[in-house]
Amino acid sequence: MAGENLLPRQNRAAAACSVCEPFFETLSDHGLELKRSETRALQINVGFLCNQSCRHCHLDAGPDRRETMDRETVRQVISYARRCRFPVVDITGGAPEMNENLERLIGEIAPLAERVILRSNLTAMMQRGPRDLIRLAAAHGVVIVASLPSINATQTDAQRGPGVWEICIDALRMLNDFGYGREGSGMELDLVSNPAGAYLPVTQAQAERRFKLELQRKYGIVFNRLYTFANVPLGRFRDWLESTGNLAEYMARLSTSFNPCTVDSLMCRTLVSVSWDGYLFDCDFNLADGLHFGGSKRHVSEMAGPPEKGTPVITGDHCYACTAGPGFT
Amino acid sequence: METYYDPSDLGKFEEIGQEAPELAKKFFEYYGAVFSEGALSEREKALIALAVAHTIQCPYCIDAYTRASLEKGSNLEEMTEAVHVANAIRGGAALAHGVQMRKIARKLSM
Repeated sequence: MAGENLLPRQNRAAAACSVCEPFFETLSDHGLELKRSETRALQINVGFLCNQSCRHCHLDAGPDRRETMDRETVRQVISYARRCRFPVVDITGGAPEMNENLERLIGEIAPLAERVILRSNLTAMMQRGPRDLIRLAAAHGVVIVASLPSINATQTDAQRGPGVWEICIDALRMLNDFGYGREGSGMELDLVSNPAGAYLPVTQAQAERRFKLELQRKYGIVFNRLYTFANVPLGRFRDWLESTGNLAEYMARLSTSFNPCTVDSLMCRTLVSVSWDGYLFDCDFNLADGLHFGGSKRHVSEMAGPPEKGTPVITGDHCYACTAGPGFT
Repeated sequence: METYYDPSDLGKFEEIGQEAPELAKKFFEYYGAVFSEGALSEREKALIALAVAHTIQCPYCIDAYTRASLEKGSNLEEMTEAVHVANAIRGGAALAHGVQMRKIARKLSM
């Protein structure tokens, strides 16, 4: 499972807690509980196979990973979406474009949801031949959420690999040519920016203004919204933090930036994440850390309905990444 | 080896308020207001602070405003240019004082 390393889980938690108290204690100190609300979003992680090996990846996704959602699990996930009618479906990976069942998944699940999101690193989209996929996404009103950490080539390539910046710019231009991101087209193109290192993200509104200004001015690229998220200390990013001596300071930075106001609107309260093999998690980060929804393995095929309201969300110290500053909602 | 500057001391900055809390309160309120978004963005202010930090060669300030500049969305290229601005002003100021040197030398020389 992604996110595991040679240390047993208890030891890993202790390593993180050497600089911060366990997340559940911080919640308790503030008189807070983290329980599930009504589940509105189904996040589908179609696998850890990816064409990139980004340094900030919490899943340790990459070209050598073989975990990918098969046809039968796709069928079971679609069936679950049909039973529950989640308003939002969010398709992620790895690189979803590398899953051979993606077209089927989009085609069959889009009619079941009000909003379908496809997360893309852009380079995988370009590798597979993007035009048919963009047409399919557009035909089903799929929102494309693309990763772009920075408006700077050096920072982008440092996080995501050499040459990624140029391909991303080409991909965004192509998406714009199809109408994605253009005002009045109804085709939503959002960007996601994660810091290219062991520091907190830029305030979302400020970053969005600057990204819009610079991408338009330098490259003629337009988009709808920018989301900025803190890097989550799991998987390859955690390994990088450890190997560069940044882990303790980063955990301290996250935990001292704990903002109790974020807890009520955390995405894990309203989202359920399904792994490539069909198991449920409160979020993609718990999926990365092997922390199953409800504390035990529950397969999507066994679920009669959405997760029950009031079920406690399983937490770990990585949760500090979602509650730092303005938070990850 | 002990040094005068310890990175962890930066976190103790607010302890300066223990002996003169009213003055510290005024300072930290002013400090916070200075760095909040105004006619200049928080990112631009962090870059100015980074340049000034190099001019006064304050290790705490360099540490704090390197991180702040990154967190406000600047990149290494921009931050390096900011340090060059500080350098140009410092170096330019030294060189401009050459005018004094030349004036005095001319007066003393035949």
